Amino acid sequence: MPVKHSPLIMECSRRKLVKAGGLLAALIAAGSEAADLVPPPAPVWNRAAFEAKSVHDALKALGAPVAQEGGDLQLMAPEIAEDGAAVPVVVQSGIAGTKEIHILVDKNPFSLAASFFFPEATEAGVSTRIKMAETSHVVAVAVANGQFYLARKEIKVTIGGCGG
Amino acid sequence: MADPMKIRAVAKADQVQVKILMAHEEETGLRKGPDGVIVPAHFISNVSVRYADREVLRAQWGPAIAKNPFMQFTFRGAVAGAQLTVTWVDNRGDSRTDQVTVA
Repeated sequence: MPVKHSPLIMECSRRKLVKAGGLLAALIAAGSEAADLVPPPAPVWNRAAFEAKSVHDALKALGAPVAQEGGDLQLMAPEIAEDGAAVPVVVQSGIAGTKEIHILVDKNPFSLAASFFFPEATEAGVSTRIKMAETSHVVAVAVANGQFYLARKEIKVTIGGCGG
Repeated sequence: MADPMKIRAVAKADQVQVKILMAHEEETGLRKGPDGVIVPAHFISNVSVRYADREVLRAQWGPAIAKNPFMQFTFRGAVAGAQLTVTWVDNRGDSRTDQVTVA
């Protein structure tokens, strides 16, 4: 069996190599273009924020010492999620100049689930599906003109999304 | 090698609604396998959506995005027939790029 599988494995790694080369070329090309208009798609990842174990610490890592509740920020999610492995969440910000939306889950092992960055021509709203370990508040944070706005909603989870 | 994404981009007036479904395990790194050993984390960390040489959405994700991630958003200024490019990169450095024509 291993003999039969080996050509496939070779093919996979070769394709991965080609793919990686292509991505690199794309990144270089993007970097050389008008960098002031388009943030380069270099994989920047806010490790400190994603490794934070509470909403408070995650917000601090995102640079939000104080977030105010209110503003036209909507967080839509089911009251009860039967399966914590995939909880649909919709966040829409009507706050002018919203550039970022962050989605956090209070009682997850790591609170920050996702950060979205919106250029000028993109509506400050996103739908996605997140994992929830247990019943918890979900927190949406919008960043507009350096101000942080916050909306929260409790979602009851009947089966946790951490698996067995 | 990751499976292709399913991408749908539909133009309505000046707006384009984009729906993306990615094929990814999204392992949290906290779960134990049947053998009791922790399954290492494997999740998409970065997503970039580009249209006509500009980025229309960028995302950073942790492991709490559900398996086979879904994302929907809307941007302005696209015309039907143009190409939309979606790239993701995961925490192991694997990546995938797919294109779709705006309908």
